[in-house]
Amino acid sequence: MRFSRTSKALGVAAVLAMSLTACGGSTGGGNTGTAGGNTSKAITANGTEPQNPLLPANTNEVGGGRVMDLIFSGLVSYDAKGAIQNELAQSIETKDSQHYTIKLKSGETFSDGTPITAKNFVDAWNFGAAAKNAQLNSYFFESIKGYDKVSAEKSTLDKMEGLKVVDDTTFTVDLAQPESDFPLRLGYTAFYPLPESAYKDIKAFGENPVGDGPYKLAAGGWKHDTSITLIPNDKYNGPRKAKNGGVTFTLYSSPDAAYTDVQSDNLDVLDQVPPSGLQNFKTDFKGRFVNQPYAGNATMTIPSYLPEFKGEAGQMRRQAISMSINRQQIIDKIFYGNKKPAVDFTSPVLDGYDANLAGNDVLKYNPTKAKELWAAADKISPWPAGKVFTITSNIDGAGNKEYITAMANQIATTLGIKAQLNPIATFKQSRDLINSKKLTGASRAGWQADYPSLYNFLGPLYGTGAGSNDGDYSSAAFDAKLKEGLSAKTVEDGNKIFNQAQEILLKDLPVVPLWYQAVQGVWSNNVNTVEFGWNGVPLYYNITAK
Amino acid sequence: MVMFTLRRFLQLIPVFFGATLLVYFLVFATPGDPIAALSGGKPMAPAVEAALRAQYNLDQPFWIQYGLYLKNLVTLNLGQTFSGQDVSAVIGRAYPVTARLAIMALSIEAIFGVLFGVIAGLRKGKLFDGTVLVASLVVIAVPTFVLGFVLQLVVGVQLGWARPTVSGAAPWNELLLPAIVLGLVSLAYVIRLTRASISENMNADYVRTATAKGLSRTRVVVVHILRNSLIPVVTFLGADLGALMGGAIVTEGIFNVPGIGNLLYKAILKGESATVVAVVGILVIVFVVANLVVDLLYAWLDPRIRYV
Repeated sequence: MRFSRTSKALGVAAVLAMSLTACGGSTGGGNTGTAGGNTSKAITANGTEPQNPLLPANTNEVGGGRVMDLIFSGLVSYDAKGAIQNELAQSIETKDSQHYTIKLKSGETFSDGTPITAKNFVDAWNFGAAAKNAQLNSYFFESIKGYDKVSAEKSTLDKMEGLKVVDDTTFTVDLAQPESDFPLRLGYTAFYPLPESAYKDIKAFGENPVGDGPYKLAAGGWKHDTSITLIPNDKYNGPRKAKNGGVTFTLYSSPDAAYTDVQSDNLDVLDQVPPSGLQNFKTDFKGRFVNQPYAGNATMTIPSYLPEFKGEAGQMRRQAISMSINRQQIIDKIFYGNKKPAVDFTSPVLDGYDANLAGNDVLKYNPTKAKELWAAADKISPWPAGKVFTITSNIDGAGNKEYITAMANQIATTLGIKAQLNPIATFKQSRDLINSKKLTGASRAGWQADYPSLYNFLGPLYGTGAGSNDGDYSSAAFDAKLKEGLSAKTVEDGNKIFNQAQEILLKDLPVVPLWYQAVQGVWSNNVNTVEFGWNGVPLYYNITAK
Repeated sequence: MVMFTLRRFLQLIPVFFGATLLVYFLVFATPGDPIAALSGGKPMAPAVEAALRAQYNLDQPFWIQYGLYLKNLVTLNLGQTFSGQDVSAVIGRAYPVTARLAIMALSIEAIFGVLFGVIAGLRKGKLFDGTVLVASLVVIAVPTFVLGFVLQLVVGVQLGWARPTVSGAAPWNELLLPAIVLGLVSLAYVIRLTRASISENMNADYVRTATAKGLSRTRVVVVHILRNSLIPVVTFLGADLGALMGGAIVTEGIFNVPGIGNLLYKAILKGESATVVAVVGILVIVFVVANLVVDLLYAWLDPRIRYV
């Protein structure tokens, strides 16, 4: 079933309240501009070498993720707008957002012909959660009852008590507490099923996985550091049926090389215009580009453990810093206008996004107010003489250095303090500084959604003790709102409460939201219009060759 | 000469261990936590983190880590990358590509460098000499990445004569463009070295003797002048071969060549000691062998040099 933008909330509610039944047809994802294309010709797209073996619970980055999402399908998937549509699920029912009964469509099979049963899901999730298997995505199962036992260090258990197989096509999931957005997560990579044969030699399986998605890996299709070739999986009956003869990912070490390849029609689709191309891609690719927001944002964390940023004075200082940043100017000068200033902590592509939250004027450039707040904070506890406000960032990725330097200059000019980039050579080093809470100033941050939900932008980042709460933010009021939102009866009700939670964040500013990320994608003369999804990834299955 | 060769190979052993120890320590000492980077800023369950640390011996002190590495090395196990692949397999894929690229670049600089250098040296002060000198100066002055991007844009995108990037299998013809970029800077040096050496030897006594004996000009130039002028050039080319075999991070990046330079660069960023040390270990061997070959070539070029 494919929901339109307006009926999406209604549809999501239906998942929870009643049951979601699948449409008969499999052509639900119909699209403009693709009619009449060549559906037997394969297309090429840019990719990067997957950082891990291709296992659902071990793929946590985009290089492996874009392949996994094509060769696997889970209970649900996300359409272009991020609305969920049934893949293998016949229905996902719950009365209290805590106990779920999941029914599978019958007759579906993996690409090798073995039937997909409830056990395939339960076993795969148990495998992903168990500490002994050391899967990177294991924390995704943390809301399932019994996760704490299987995930404990040195635990040898591998069965969560919250998962029970009822029959071949039915299983139940008990969560530790009500979580209304649980069904939204089920399209994420970690929740894909695995065939029974996977566990015999999981390492070999990760090199050559057998999945149930619209594509399958061609024989010897993964040529490491070079290319990954996928061919259509004729056993697949879901809404993402392949409209081309296959997808070959050419693996690039830099987007610049990929950009020249699309320019010369050696590559069909590129989902990341390099910084060097941002100024000209619209003219280089007339009528063959997109520039649209995706579910990600850029922020700056100001850790709460910094002495200058504690208490009331700290709050005022964070607000002052936020108001001294002229976001639009940086976007125009450095990103050539290809982003939008942030007015909340989430992303405009999400359902429930609200551009008019109370208190969001703190995210607007206001040098006068910024100076006042800074002076007021100085009265409570003076800013140490000569203290430099630093913004830590790794500079091995393209484009970080420029905007942070610009931002530091704006802060310095507005507030009359010293501010500068604290450059760190590698990502591993900056992550280490952040994780070990050794920062002496702010740090570059941001979030890319795992699944389309407001909660995904809030809970893991600002909940007390949450995994990605790098700034050690802790607010009892915020935590209570999160909990309340999760136990709401519907996603829609939940979103209202999550937005109230955001209003608390707007006062405290544990991070300073900067702008929403946007995907700049281009395609060659050999393919028809390419549609990009909510997460900035092209809908590869919908692309047709000319 | 056999003893000489043997001695050089024996010297390889301490050099190899010294280099791997040093490199292993340098990777160990670079700040940052490789496991923290693996999660990409997303949360990681503590048990998973502990398991990964144990898997790559990152929970051990330096000497134990290095000892375990050496222990594996004895059984020809080079360890695993953070993506769980065998380092030997990863290097096995990247090295042939880099070797092809290096051989092509070296051939270009040796053949054209010596040729232009000889002509320029023989016609010192003439138009050809002047042109070559200015051109080589320009090539030396322009950074490789400028040269790479310009050639890629002009030849690859605008003229469409070649693919702007190298495809998966990295065949010889697609490697030509990156090889030219890679070879150009050294080509300029080879030209200048050859020219200087030739023009110096032209006035040597043995050349006058050879000419006086009535030998043809070609024979005088090729056998007497050139052979004796090649020693500095061969030294340079030998060292350059080692450098080229180490991979060219910039050129490989521009043309998307899946070679050793890219591999090494990514491994250093990730803090993947196993890969870095293995690549450097191979490089040490390549350098030692290249130097040995250069030394043996000396004796062939100049019969006055003898090894015992």
